Amino acid sequence: MNPVIHSVAPMTMMGPGMAPVATPFFFYMLAGLAIAGGVLVIVLRNAVHSALSLIVTLLAVTGLYLMLYAPFVAAVQIFVYAGGIMLLFLFVIMLVNIDRAAKDRRFNRIWPIGLAAGCGLFALFVSAFVKGRALFPDRMMAMSESSNTQQIADLLYGNVDRMGQYRMGPYTFAFEIASLLLLVAILGAVIMTKKKI
Amino acid sequence: MPNFITSYFGSTLTPGAAGNQFWALVYVFVIFTGVSVAVMAMNWLERKALAHFQIRLGPMRVGPHGLLQPIADAIKLALKEDIIPAEADQFIFWVAPLIGLLAAFTVYTVIPFGPSEAVSDMNIGILFMLGVSSIGVLGIVVAGWASNSHYPLIGALRSSAQMVSYEVAMGLAVVSAVLMTSMNEKGTGTLSMIGIVQAQQQQGIWFIFKFFPLGFIAFAIFAIAMIAETNRAPFDMAEAESELTAGYHTEYSGLRWSLFMLAEYAAMIAVSSIAITVWLGGWMRPFPNLLRAPAWDFIFSLFPGLTFAGLAAIAAIGTVRMPSHSFFKIQRIGLAGFAAVLGLISFLLLVLAVAGRSPDASVAARFNAAIGYVYWFVLKIAVFMYLFIWYRATWPRYRFDQLMRVGWKVLLPISLAVLILTAIVGVLVS
Repeated sequence: MNPVIHSVAPMTMMGPGMAPVATPFFFYMLAGLAIAGGVLVIVLRNAVHSALSLIVTLLAVTGLYLMLYAPFVAAVQIFVYAGGIMLLFLFVIMLVNIDRAAKDRRFNRIWPIGLAAGCGLFALFVSAFVKGRALFPDRMMAMSESSNTQQIADLLYGNVDRMGQYRMGPYTFAFEIASLLLLVAILGAVIMTKKKI
Repeated sequence: MPNFITSYFGSTLTPGAAGNQFWALVYVFVIFTGVSVAVMAMNWLERKALAHFQIRLGPMRVGPHGLLQPIADAIKLALKEDIIPAEADQFIFWVAPLIGLLAAFTVYTVIPFGPSEAVSDMNIGILFMLGVSSIGVLGIVVAGWASNSHYPLIGALRSSAQMVSYEVAMGLAVVSAVLMTSMNEKGTGTLSMIGIVQAQQQQGIWFIFKFFPLGFIAFAIFAIAMIAETNRAPFDMAEAESELTAGYHTEYSGLRWSLFMLAEYAAMIAVSSIAITVWLGGWMRPFPNLLRAPAWDFIFSLFPGLTFAGLAAIAAIGTVRMPSHSFFKIQRIGLAGFAAVLGLISFLLLVLAVAGRSPDASVAARFNAAIGYVYWFVLKIAVFMYLFIWYRATWPRYRFDQLMRVGWKVLLPISLAVLILTAIVGVLVS
């Protein structure tokens, strides 16, 4: 057993280039893409176009996850949402008759409720932005282009390991509860679609 | 030379990990060119091999034994009229081949051709590969829909259903191999592509032979699922030409159609390299732990040169056997030149193998080792590519319900069982 070969990316391996580059540019680009995609999802008439805009949004959010040093979440986002779920969305959209759906009124009568909910969410975001320091403890290090690359490398390469250890350790119960929720949903889908089991 | 070029020399890291953008860009260009050339070669080989399977000759006119046929095809496709159907969804029709192509080529970022011969190493490498290659399906689905025609739509629907079904078995097979990487003193595995190969190196066994037959079954499941993922025969339901004319790309023509073909073949190479990385030892030469003496290192390092020597010999024999009619004169000169170039490459590789045989840190030794890594990786890919052709020539196409039954009722339960058994055996062993 040679520990030198084993450790995939020892922290000493990280060169100076691991420091993030042009962070504000990428953040604003990705955020802009995400918002534009989200707006297009509800504005476009054609359901397939909406689904494609949603994919753009999901991929932009993936980029934001990467900027937040959460590569595992980013990979799962691509794998599950952009790859799997959106494919199923498209599959269903192609099967249903979208010609009729395109003629329907898109903004129906419950829009005041939607507006209220949207405003509430926006207010939440604003308050989190304004009072963020007080609400959330300032434990995470501030990452900037000049910050310590060693810590960044530690975060990046330890991410998946740590996630697995937490999931099998302190958060096992929460994880299993979440999977139970999915199981219930699957059973519901089976019961609703199968006439006789 | 500027610092950003020289600072990477002697590094044992991938350019991405070393943070050298210049060499990362160089690697990207090399890989892009290499894959494009490989796709052209694969195109020729497929037509030739399929023809010989069916006792035909295949392309023979353009160049000796049709060697220049891919170039002629490429020129033809680039010059053909580019038709967009009037009823098609213009923008999506235009963007669909690009989605497939982008996804197919993005995946190459993390493919490890050697311990440092990759653009970058990600700690989520294998997830990234599987995820991005699943995005490529969107190109197919969207192309079928945007064509606004019945056959492409049916092809797209089949393709999406097929992908969703086989991705599950594929992922579970990979997970059982990832479990095997955690058989070390630290007890945690890795998702990094380079890390997976290094785990095999450290454990002294390719994962296909680990916990026999568990590793082998997982590999077989992946090998079946990857054919379905790339829409190749016998699972090419999305383009079943006897039922759907050409499936999702029926309405495509010219350059756009060739982009689909490029994406399909690039994706084939990509999934093969996942299988090679995870189960077949990646860049490692055969028996790295059994035959570990420096003499064996030297013998195996002769292989790249000898391969080119063999190719040169085949080309030379072809030159000699060319009919002596004046019509074949130019072809003969061309083939002789090709043989000479192959012979020169072979000679250079052999010289390098001899010069770099001592395991020191000299430039020749380094370069020799790098060529060895890339050679064994590419050789394994070539075997897989030949298998793809072989499957296509041998097996009749599945019916769609059979395809679904195999995916959900055979591969998925087996892969789950393999996953659980691997975990149990792994816990018992360690």
